[in-house]
Amino acid sequence: MVIAVASGKGGTGKTTVSVNLALSLEKVQLVDCDVEEPNVHIFLKPKISETYPVKTVVPEIDKNKCTYCRKCSEICAYNALSVIKFGDDEKPSGEVIFFSHLCHGCEGCILLCPEEAIKRGEREIGLVRIGEKENIRFIEGKLNVSEVLAPKVIETAKSFIKKNIPAIIDAPPGTSCPVVASLDGADFCILVTEPTPFGLHDLEIAYEVTKVLKIPSGVIINKSEDDSLIEKFCQKNKIPILMKIPFDKKIAETYSKGISLVEAFPEYKEKFLNLFEKIKEQLK
Amino acid sequence: MKQILIISGKGGTGKTVISGCLAVLLKNKTIVDADVDAANLHLLLHPKIKESYDFVGGKLARIDKEKCSGCGTCIEICKFSAISEDFEIDPLFCEGCTICSYFCPESAIILEDRISGKYFISETKYGPLVHARLGIAQENSGKLVAKLREIAKDIAEKEKKDFIIIDGPPGVGCPVMASMTGVDLVIAVTEPTLSGLHDLERILELANHFKIPVKVIINKFDLNPEMSSKIELNLKQKNIDVIGKIPFSEEIINSVKNQIPFLEYAKMFNKNRDIAELIEKILNNALYSTF
Repeated sequence: MVIAVASGKGGTGKTTVSVNLALSLEKVQLVDCDVEEPNVHIFLKPKISETYPVKTVVPEIDKNKCTYCRKCSEICAYNALSVIKFGDDEKPSGEVIFFSHLCHGCEGCILLCPEEAIKRGEREIGLVRIGEKENIRFIEGKLNVSEVLAPKVIETAKSFIKKNIPAIIDAPPGTSCPVVASLDGADFCILVTEPTPFGLHDLEIAYEVTKVLKIPSGVIINKSEDDSLIEKFCQKNKIPILMKIPFDKKIAETYSKGISLVEAFPEYKEKFLNLFEKIKEQLK
Repeated sequence: MKQILIISGKGGTGKTVISGCLAVLLKNKTIVDADVDAANLHLLLHPKIKESYDFVGGKLARIDKEKCSGCGTCIEICKFSAISEDFEIDPLFCEGCTICSYFCPESAIILEDRISGKYFISETKYGPLVHARLGIAQENSGKLVAKLREIAKDIAEKEKKDFIIIDGPPGVGCPVMASMTGVDLVIAVTEPTLSGLHDLERILELANHFKIPVKVIINKFDLNPEMSSKIELNLKQKNIDVIGKIPFSEEIINSVKNQIPFLEYAKMFNKNRDIAELIEKILNNALYSTF
């Protein structure tokens, strides 16, 4: 079973829920797919045993074969290649400029170069780290700063998930491609929100994402106080509210130190176990 | 004309609250909500939409079933696993690279414009707001951010604005980079948590990459004064200014609940005016010390 933890808005408590749910279960995998800002390790403090580079395919141009015909730059949908031609057709010379950050790795230029002058090169864009903490197998994707292909790092991280052990995916905020890559294939999605107009607005769009991906979902209200705003929305759309975490300065303080909720307040372990049971119930 | 980006790395540290304060404080400016995934600034500024456009984020392939012979070449070539065994294109995975169309022997693949969202030019009582709604599960948010900024710049030039305020997205990825290129000042809003510090460091790395001056605000600093000091010390070593520390305030949360920018809310309801004055001072300082 794969449970994703998402929210449109950042800072609502996705990582708190992921980490504490994982710490409350017997045997579980915890996958940090917030590859732009992975934070699970701060709370989990896992022992890292393996590290793998995440690579993307990039064109490597053989200047001896290139005739500077511009075919590659014409077909590149991302404007990642630019060709400057000096000289004439008899004795072609020039420059092929590659903007690596625009490249999506579709390999079109490699396939379509009439001179077969483009080879498959590789470029590292991030890392996957694998580790362990007690009952938890930890998997983390991390995108290098100034790189953009977050989905590639997410997909690579997810490829390390073992099938027979439950997995919890800590998704990035937002609703675009990295979120889709994180949620794709999940059996259930926990949507973490907070009872403010920002929280509601972003819950609405995050819920839309789960509908598009056809993943059943439930809501956790964090910093819970007067929740009528969120409750109304959930009622109207028949989304179960699975759990509430109260607004409490003490919780905020322990979070700030990188201490998990179940560590600071052991009574939460039962609440998270309860959450897991409720999710299993939803999936029946 | 100066462009100011409010950013944080980590979500939920208070970017939009600070952007709302800047919108009240600064005269003569254009405002951009660059968090196109989960835009919130409109909830504070209550824009009246004047113009609305479709955002074409790229291409989307479609297979003409009448022409398709089912040879499977496209499936083999697609690096994004976007084509199913029964030759349907999954729009969630098609990245619009168009390469399948070059190889289809029956010329059965048609490329269509992909409408990935909508963007708006609006009027607010604080000045023009350029904002957007990215479609659900769409990509190319970086391109949309670039589009918003281009429009804001046009407006600012035409109307001789002094500032463009950009409320940035979380993370360090493509929409963040599109928000950051070419701005004059980055105001990074962080919180005294290990995650806040960790994410801030990645944002600083990015700003450094773009060679843009950064000023840091520690929001809710009193939730963990020790961590706040640690962040200050850490930044001092990097020669980065912490321009101010804002205490945790339930009234700031209430201003969000009431959907009013905090600087206005504090005056209107006579709540936490000291904190409002502090924020004003911090922001004024940030601007004067930079420009």
